[in-house]
Parts: sequence; C-alpha cells; structure tokens
Amino acid sequence: MRFGLDDDREALRATARNLLAELCPPAAVRSAWTQPPDPAAWRALADAGALAVLVPESEGGLGLDETYLVGVVEEAGRAALPHPLTATALVAAPLGLAGETVTTDLGASSAIVPAATYAEVFLLRSDNGLRLYRADEVRIEPVQTVDASRHCARVSPRAPGELVTDDAAVVEAAFERGVLGTAAELLGLSHRMLELTVDYTAQRHQFGKPIGSFQAVKHHLANARIQIEFAAPAVLYAAYAMAQGLADAVRSVSQAKWLAQNAAACTGRAALQCHGAIGYTTEHDLHLYLKRSWALTRSWGGADFHADRVAASIGL
Amino acid sequence: MDLNWSETQAAMRLDLRHWLDRNLAEWRVEIGAELSGDTREGFAQQLLWERRLFEAGWSAVAWPASYGGRDGTLWDWLIFEEEYWRAGAPQRVTQNGIQILAPSLFEHGTQAQKDLLLPRVAAAEDLWCQGWSEPNAGSDLAGVSSRARRVPGGWVLDGQKTWTTRGAFCTHLFGLFRSDPDSERHRGLTYLLVPLDLDGIVVRGFGRLDGDEGFAEVFFTEAFLPDDAIGTSVVLGEVDRGWSVAVSAASTERGLLRSPGRYQATVASLLDLWAERGGDAAMRRRIAAACMRVDAYRLQTLQTITTLLDGGDLGSEASLAKVWWSELDIGLHEIALDLLGVDAELEGPWSKGHQFSLAGPIYAGTNEVQRNIVAERVLGLPR
Repeated sequence: MRFGLDDDREALRATARNLLAELCPPAAVRSAWTQPPDPAAWRALADAGALAVLVPESEGGLGLDETYLVGVVEEAGRAALPHPLTATALVAAPLGLAGETVTTDLGASSAIVPAATYAEVFLLRSDNGLRLYRADEVRIEPVQTVDASRHCARVSPRAPGELVTDDAAVVEAAFERGVLGTAAELLGLSHRMLELTVDYTAQRHQFGKPIGSFQAVKHHLANARIQIEFAAPAVLYAAYAMAQGLADAVRSVSQAKWLAQNAAACTGRAALQCHGAIGYTTEHDLHLYLKRSWALTRSWGGADFHADRVAASIGL
Repeated sequence: MDLNWSETQAAMRLDLRHWLDRNLAEWRVEIGAELSGDTREGFAQQLLWERRLFEAGWSAVAWPASYGGRDGTLWDWLIFEEEYWRAGAPQRVTQNGIQILAPSLFEHGTQAQKDLLLPRVAAAEDLWCQGWSEPNAGSDLAGVSSRARRVPGGWVLDGQKTWTTRGAFCTHLFGLFRSDPDSERHRGLTYLLVPLDLDGIVVRGFGRLDGDEGFAEVFFTEAFLPDDAIGTSVVLGEVDRGWSVAVSAASTERGLLRSPGRYQATVASLLDLWAERGGDAAMRRRIAAACMRVDAYRLQTLQTITTLLDGGDLGSEASLAKVWWSELDIGLHEIALDLLGVDAELEGPWSKGHQFSLAGPIYAGTNEVQRNIVAERVLGLPR
C-alpha cells in the first residue's frame, strides 16, 4: 500500500513545471489573447516527451500510463498553458493520433471547440464513434469567449473525415481521459491562483499591516487550501484507476472533476476577493487563470453531470 | 502508487470482521439495551466492550504488543477503523487515553512511564480524560491558569478544568498546569498525570448539547499530587516545558482522531435511509456530493499515512483534515435529517449524531483556530 507519485513521475512533473515556468509565463498567456499562442512551450513539452506519454514505445512514445501524465497536465493548468494538452496528450494520443496538435469537442454538445483556430487535427464525435478531420475539412466559426486565450470556435464537418473508432468503450475511455485532464488542469489553476493571492496579501498593506495578517483574509485562503488539499488525491487516484482499469474508474474520474472544480471555484472567489480592485482588472494577471478556470469548470461535464454519474455508480 | 492490500492485511481485515460480528452480538446480549457511552451506565457497558477488545488484541492495533497492542502499522489502524465503524461498534470510551495521551507518552514518556501506563490504557484499566480547557482558556490554551506548586515530595494543584469529555466517569486526568508562577503564555507549563481520587479534587458532570452527562468540570483545591501518585513520575516531559508535549498530541488528535472509516459507515447508513425514504434529483446530488467528500478524505488519509510511514511529520497539515472531517460530518447528518423530514425531531441515532457532529468544529481546537494555523503555518501568511 502506497499512495503518491514515485520519483520517476515526480521528475516528469518537475520537468514540465520548470519548462512551463520559463516558456509559459503570464506574459505568454496574455499574448495568446490577441494572437495564436507562442509555440515555444508546446514544442518544449513535445521534446520532453510529454505529448507522447501514453503512446506505445513501438510507436515512438514513452509507453507510460495516466499516472505519469496527470502531474504534467496539472502543471499545464498551473501555467494556464493555452495549448490543448488534454485533448492532444490524454484524449487523442492513445488513439494513434500522436505527433499533431489535436483538439476535440468530446466533452461538449455545443461544439464550441478550443484551440480551433490553430489546431491541425479535429477529433469529433459522430453518430457511430469518433471521426478525425484535418483543418481544411471543417468549417470554423470563431466565437468570442470570456477567456480569449482558448481560441474557441464553432466547428462543423464539411467533409466525411476519417473514422478513428466506432467502439463505444474506446469512445467512453477517451471521454474519461478528457475529464481527468480537465480535473488536473483545474487543480493546477487552483494552486496558481492561491499562490498569487498568498504573495499579494503578504505584501499589500492597508491599515498599516499586510492584509494577509487579517483573519478574514486568512480564512478565505485557508478554505481554498483545504479544498485543494482534498481534490489533489482524488485527481491522482482517478489517474491510477484509469491506468489500472479499475471498476470504479468512471466514478473516480467524475469525483476528481467535481472536487477539482469546487476547489477552483472556492479558490477563484477567494483570490478575486482578496486581491480587491486590482484583481478586478485585465491589467493584473489573476484574470488569466480565473477565466480559464471558469471555462474548464463547465467543460467535459459540469457539477450536476458528474454528481449524477457518481450517484448512479453508488446505487443512488 | 500501489493501492493493494497485502495478504496479511486482507486476512487481518477478515479476522476482525468475524470477531466484531460475533463479539458485538455477545456483548449486546450481555448488556441488554445499549446506552450512550456518555452516560454513567452506558460508560460502564462500554468498559465491558473495551475489555473484550483488549483481550483479543484489538484495542490499539498500531501499538507494540509489549504495550498491549498488535505490532501493527498505520495501515492496520486504518483497516481496523474501517471495519470497526462498518460493524456498528460503539464509540471508544478509551479514546482520550489511546489517541491523545498515548502519542505524547510514546514521544515524551520515560521508559518506566511507557511500561507502566500504556498497557493500562490499552486494557481500559486507567481511564484518562483530557485536562486542557479552563473557563478562561478554551481556544486560547496558552491562557491556562490552573497552578501546580512544587512542594517536597510532590505538587499542590489549584484551579479548574472544564468541558472535560467523560471526566465524571474517568479515573485519571492528563493536563497542563502553570508550574512557574512568573511565566506567561505557553512557557512555564507542566504536563501532569493526575489520579482523580486525590483529596482536594472534585469532579462534577454536566449535560452536553444532547443532554448526556458527557462533560465534566474538575476543581482542584490545594490537592496534593505525590510524585509517585501513579506508580511512576507524574510529569510527562520536562517541568515547565509541557506546551510542546501537549502540542504534539494536538496534532495527532486533529489529524487521526476521526478516521475515514467513521464517515464511510455514516455514508452506508445514509444510503440505507435514502433507499427507505427517497428524494428528488437535488437530494440525490447532495448525497453524491457528501459521498465524494468522504472518499476524498479516505484518499487524503492514504496519502497522509504514506507520508508518515516515509518518516514525514503530520504537523500543521493536520489542521486541513480537521476542518474537512468536521464539516463533512455535519453535512452527512443534515442530509439525513432532511431525508427524515418531520421525523428528524424524534430522538434517535440521527438526531443524536447530528448534535454530536456539531461539536466537531469546536473540539480539538475550533475550526477558526485551525484556519489560522493553515493560513500562517501552511500558507505562510503574516501573523
């Protein structure tokens, strides 16, 4: 019995964290609001093997499982990486679609697809499974979203595309991996928003003191830290349950998403409140992370969707 | 990451499950109607139960066998807790001795203190209550004003402790006393081990929120505590340095006092109640949410135990868990009361459990104090 990431998995996460700290700072996220994201971080992740963790070694990947990737995806969340890491590395890579930037709308019926203005490949649900389309095989109508760095568009096929799978179990597993990745990103975003706020409240003075010394502020941030503390092991467990093919994988993935988005909601509210007016601007970096968390909270199934799946799994 | 139980662990779980089923049935025949352990008669019933547990080696599974335990690990403790609560076994009336005093004895006790006291704790021969709170020192424990004056051959105790759980039924009290009269705050306190039958000690039980006599106040009036009153030194740790001894226990209390197994068992009862009473989609989601919070606590505990077995320290992180389990316990009981509707007013296990759950954010350090600890020591916010 042992619960936690081993050294190899931690090393992969640390690699991702370090390269994202350098190549995806707030300025890079900010610039992705008005232009396609700088590919430097994405290329570095690819070079580190992060996009091919779930690709078999025989196909040039690392041949590892979700427990290796979940920490990397969490770090992408922490950095608010604009690129579609969950879609590419978690959802698509095990389907034999390695090596390209993939986006997908598996999680949403509305067909608002992120990264749509620059993705090379679109993985879309069809009546009998998953189909793959090249960028020139879909109609892309960009939409304005609250987090503009996501580059969302309404996407619809205008060519037959190519069948990836018509196996319902494979489609379902791909969906679960998308939920898992989204949960991990939300966890990373929560960490980032809390860190920003701890730093800010320690240096911002009012009434002659750092505002972080006031109990009301402390309690907001303690509540956020508590929500994060209990979401984190649930996200890791969901990755483990997926990797091991455990019977409670679906329940654990839904639970991870539900807990992670609660953590993000609690932390986001606390972060905005404790930053005060400076946080309520687009000049400050907080909004980059806050808006991403709002988008992901309702992607890949919202709170009620996942609570209902958990309810069904425990016989309610 | 390996979440498989070993064969030995699985076998222990099975043995325990059978033992509990058989012995609970026998004990319930022996006592007749089962009463609350927070009443005098119920406490006496539960001592019979505690002795059964001890004789079979189940009273403190993670302790060395030489002290009355089972040479188990924290994993065995976790398994024990899951099975214990799953079986519907009673609250542990020995809890303060086993879970709060003993960790401090292991860490700070002399060999003689450990050899003498621990087996008697495990066997429910000495029944310990906690002497922390005073009328003017609750959350602010460093404000303790009960005094211990050094005299030849012992100590003279004066002052008052209160809100002492099951104090009226216990034989001994562990607590903090101000031994340096010129000291302030957390300096100059001594951790003393006190038999409650000394001259000059009066214990008065009184009703908790649910009406049971589960609380007591303990008055010390020129009470002479001989150095050998308990057959070994009455001072745990060093004289005037009791604060750090108490703090080490406080962390254990917050972190591991309430195991996930308790709430897993509550969830199982809640699912039965749902099956019986039913509810709408919103209620179904509330129950699912509560189940998720319980499972998150279980998973976080697996992580905590891994950290502890790797040589890590529970420390301030224990405060995170204390807020989580105390709030989720209230949530579980509120759901049950809502499922019961007007029947929630009836005295019964759910109404009693609800009242007890409301104590969770207060005891073992209020949740407000825990949040301060999280903010200052985990997040590093300025004091």
